Amino acid sequence: MSADHGVGEISLRRARWGHGETAFWLIAIAAIFVFSDRYLILTEMAWLGLFALSLDLILGYAGIVSLGHAAFFGVGAYCAGLLAVHGIVKEPVLALVVAGCTAMVLGFATSFLVIRGSELSQLMVTLGIALLLRELANKFSDITGGFDGLQGIVIDPILGLFAFDIFGKVGFIYCLVVLFVLFLLARLIVHSPFGLSLRAIRNNPLRAAAVGIPVNRRLIAIYTLSAFYAGIAGALFTQTTALASLDVFSFERSADLLLVLVIGGAGYLYGGLIGAVVFRVLQDLFSSWTPQYWQFWIGLVLVLIVLIGRERMYRGVMWLPRLAMRRMASPNRSTP
Amino acid sequence: MFIRQKMMIQTAAAGLLLGASALAAQAQDTVKIGLIVPMTGGQASTGKQIDNAVKLYMQQHGDTVAGKKIEVILKDDAAVPDNTKRLAQELIVNDKVNIIAGFGVTPAAFAAAPLATQAKVPEVVMAAGTSVITEKSPYIVRTSFTLGQSSTIIGDWAVKNGIKKVATLTSDYAPGHDALKFFKEHFTAGGGQIVEEVKVPLANPDFAPFLQRMKDAKPDAMFVFVPAGQGGNFMKQYAERGLDKSGIKVIGPGDVMDDDLLNGMGDSALGAVTAHIYSAAHPSQVNKDFVTAYKKAYNQRPGFMAVGGYDGIHLIYEALKKTGGKADGDSLIAAMKGMAWESPRGPISIDPETRDIVQNVYIRKVEKKDGELYNVEFETFKDVKDPGKTKK
Repeated sequence: MSADHGVGEISLRRARWGHGETAFWLIAIAAIFVFSDRYLILTEMAWLGLFALSLDLILGYAGIVSLGHAAFFGVGAYCAGLLAVHGIVKEPVLALVVAGCTAMVLGFATSFLVIRGSELSQLMVTLGIALLLRELANKFSDITGGFDGLQGIVIDPILGLFAFDIFGKVGFIYCLVVLFVLFLLARLIVHSPFGLSLRAIRNNPLRAAAVGIPVNRRLIAIYTLSAFYAGIAGALFTQTTALASLDVFSFERSADLLLVLVIGGAGYLYGGLIGAVVFRVLQDLFSSWTPQYWQFWIGLVLVLIVLIGRERMYRGVMWLPRLAMRRMASPNRSTP
Repeated sequence: MFIRQKMMIQTAAAGLLLGASALAAQAQDTVKIGLIVPMTGGQASTGKQIDNAVKLYMQQHGDTVAGKKIEVILKDDAAVPDNTKRLAQELIVNDKVNIIAGFGVTPAAFAAAPLATQAKVPEVVMAAGTSVITEKSPYIVRTSFTLGQSSTIIGDWAVKNGIKKVATLTSDYAPGHDALKFFKEHFTAGGGQIVEEVKVPLANPDFAPFLQRMKDAKPDAMFVFVPAGQGGNFMKQYAERGLDKSGIKVIGPGDVMDDDLLNGMGDSALGAVTAHIYSAAHPSQVNKDFVTAYKKAYNQRPGFMAVGGYDGIHLIYEALKKTGGKADGDSLIAAMKGMAWESPRGPISIDPETRDIVQNVYIRKVEKKDGELYNVEFETFKDVKDPGKTKK
């Protein structure tokens, strides 16, 4: 009984909103004002972060590995693009939801294939689905524009009020708001009993089944949700860049996403967001420094991250702020 | 304490102002060119050739023109259009570039087109070869070529030279479709027959299964278009499958016999007839100097992508000379229209109506010269315009 109490206590404490989290989102908002000449890359970070968050939901919380998450991203992207080109749903926010739901339907349909096998077969199946969709998009070039991409995407103002500008300010704020809302939703979900049951499944599916968790149904549910998130990320991508080409389905996109999550760490929601920021910053730094060989340096950094270990690096980075906090806190403590 | 802080802030502010004004003064004296090309990934060879050629040109001609210092900012888009768009946008908004240039593949050129229009920045396309590109924005100028230019010529040539049955193998994307369309029109109009039509995926350079189908169809010749960079792989598999001994000749636009790979293809490439805009063996003094300088600097032979880059930067230099250093989009585009000069590939000009390139197309045959393989030109079609636009 007491052990039960302990688990509940711990999960409650984890669900509480921490100072670090407030700081994170304040920094994100501050970015609007501080980095006013880098909106485009910030926008990329925002949708990449959301995309990584969607992978984190299945990888970090349910233990489903995927090398084809770009499938849902791509469906969302093309959906948003087609809706805009043909004027079916003009309003971006509504189009966003429609695109997300389309990806969700695909996620639900394919989830039955994905949950069947072990990790290796999951990798193959997800990879296969993404490749399949890419080839379909290539084949039906009269609808998708084929290799050249969808032409003539014009995105209407958000809610009829805010038009996308060339500096990307509106686009970034839009992405950030969507990211924040969906992040809150994800946070609620992973700290709910449903989320806890997912972790149980990740740690030991057999035991989870034995205590009465409907393993397959839970996995289907989270996979479908994750597809929704990825679809939204894809739609954000299309709406902010007015582009949708075959690259949205590419293997590189799925693989990069895994890298993002490796950098940021899986299973605590912020991993994807931090990973996206770090990944884009590194990419931007290295590729403007050496346009030809930047991939070498990215690779090197990745190897180092894995070798040193994220925990140890985190401690290294946090050493100074913690010291300062302790210094500041100590006089208060000594007064009584 | 307080005063000192205030003073510090004041000095800092003054310093910043000074710096800013210095920057602004500098900005007026420099013309910035954003060069966006694929330097990594499958199309990397295109980007490297263009980058090399631009650097070579600037070494030869100095980095000041009409009193302005030319600054090239190189960016890698890995041929992914959303990268291209972001980089172009950042270059225009943050770096305040006067010209964007490069563009290794058609989708990349498309992605940047609306930005060129919106910001009134000239977009100099140095590589991508789909016909419609220049129609996407009034600020696009092309110094490479269009697939239509070479494909129609080889179609006519094939009919005249007794080739009756042709099987086609083209990459499945816009330039490939262009090449096939234009070739087919001209070839069948002259009485030729297409016996087999195969489209190969762009991202899958395994030609073996497709080549087998080609062999079974027993045509007189096969029309091949693969993008620059894939030709070497194609010819290797062509020889492996024994097609070189089956009497099926390779014809096509010259991309498959790209100069920078040609020498590595081996003797199976001998006798291939292609129509193209540039050969490293082009017998002119301008070209000889260009090839010698390029080889000396980079230890390899320049291909047609390098020439596209070389002519692109030349066009920018000449346009600046003509405007007397005025670097706004409208004056530059106006200056570029109708510009004509002698390029390493031969005489070329910019069509004032379409802003597309007008150039000679040469029929060449792969032959051995001094132990090396070259595309030797033996027939010239003068001043070919892009057939995709002349029809309208």
